[in-house]
Amino acid sequence: MATRTEITSGLAEILEEVAGVNPDDVAEEKSFTDDLDVDSLSMVEVVVAAEEKFGVKIPDNEVQNLKTVGDAVTYIEANH
Amino acid sequence: MSNVDVVVTGLGATTPLGGDVASTWDALLAGRSGVGHLTQEWAGSLPVRIAAQLAVDPSEVLERVRLRRMDRSEAMAVIAAKEAWADSGLADAGLDQERLAVSFGSGIGGAITLLDQDDILEQHGPRRVSPHTVPMLMPNGPAAHIGLDLGAKAGVRAMASACATGAEAVALGLDLIRLGRADVVVAGSTEAVIHPLPVAGFASMRAMSTRNDEPERASRPWDKNRDGFVLGEGAGALILERADHAAARGARIYARLAGAGITSDGYDIVQPDPECRGGIRAMRMAIEDAGLTGADIHHVNAHATSTPVGDMGEIKGIRAAIGSHPILTSTKSMTGHLLGAAGALESIAAILALRDGIIPPTINLDDPDERLDLEVAAHKARTADIQAAMNNSFGFGGHNVALVFTRA
Repeated sequence: MATRTEITSGLAEILEEVAGVNPDDVAEEKSFTDDLDVDSLSMVEVVVAAEEKFGVKIPDNEVQNLKTVGDAVTYIEANH
Repeated sequence: MSNVDVVVTGLGATTPLGGDVASTWDALLAGRSGVGHLTQEWAGSLPVRIAAQLAVDPSEVLERVRLRRMDRSEAMAVIAAKEAWADSGLADAGLDQERLAVSFGSGIGGAITLLDQDDILEQHGPRRVSPHTVPMLMPNGPAAHIGLDLGAKAGVRAMASACATGAEAVALGLDLIRLGRADVVVAGSTEAVIHPLPVAGFASMRAMSTRNDEPERASRPWDKNRDGFVLGEGAGALILERADHAAARGARIYARLAGAGITSDGYDIVQPDPECRGGIRAMRMAIEDAGLTGADIHHVNAHATSTPVGDMGEIKGIRAAIGSHPILTSTKSMTGHLLGAAGALESIAAILALRDGIIPPTINLDDPDERLDLEVAAHKARTADIQAAMNNSFGFGGHNVALVFTRA
């Protein structure tokens, strides 16, 4: 089981690879769109990469609820 | 003839000979070949294992994250257009973006993206297919990216006429300015299809050289021992501008784009008309459009791709439309055939020949076909006082485009 910190840093790696987000900027309270400037197509890439990295399924209707990094960490923590 | 003069005020390119116009032009004048071995693993099983690959990879120029959302052809287009834009000085000229258009094409489009994503689909399923797939493979992608970069709002047009694309995009740019639809047009084309499927497809047509042991000698337009074209990749961009607009801002002017001619053969989907009738009409149309006669054309950057049939048809055509006096060259002997991007790159070569009074050589013309009865700048660059130069581009589908450039 990964800890919240481990999931956050895993997401930071994905965000850097897919969208060029500086890993230092990634924190649980940050919004993907408003703070990290991740557009909708890049968010799709982030979700697919996260599914693979953490062995979870993130259905499309769930993605709209993942506003912040913390939302994604919580979902992954509960479902992986 | 139109009463609106159009001039060229910026040039940009990324080619098998260099990452920009200056390095490409130096290499062309030096007679250097950009053709080499394909060392990729996939090439091993193909009948053709040579190509003219970019001298400077886009990954050395563009930012990584941006690059992963672009097809290679789009990245090349953006690189060439950026250089041309900077070269024109328009960035600081306060240009109204609603008067800026783009006319930029590609012969084949984002084929590498299509094929790579199909591999992902087959191997990993639909969920892993990139959400950027469609904007990466769409044929208007290169034009759209350039338009986004520059904020062009007078229309972003995407030409597709196979190997005539680049020249036809320039011709459309001329029309747009003459019709008053734009003051400035970023015109040109891009092509990036060095990938096993397009290579296998062209090879199956028996259109490509299989001189795999001597890549630098494989592209040999008009030579008796030519055996097909060599695939190249790259992009070329020209900034076309209404002459009075350029004059008002004191722009440096490379040349005047004096005329264009576009025809279609109505003959065969891939074979060129052996009598070059459509080519002759295009050349005559361009000369007339420029208000000139054949006698005024001193230099032709020919389409001449190094295929057995095509090269000689064009010779007949030039003789009929222009006469026996122009000095020809085929820069494809050095760059390979950039397909859709050829007309843009070769327009740049024709413009620089005009500006510098020097014609780049046709290398590998060791044993000229006996039907070659026109003068070619063989082996070495040739100085010449050129007042007007033509670029010819012909494409699968029977497209013929001739452009006439005159001294600024």
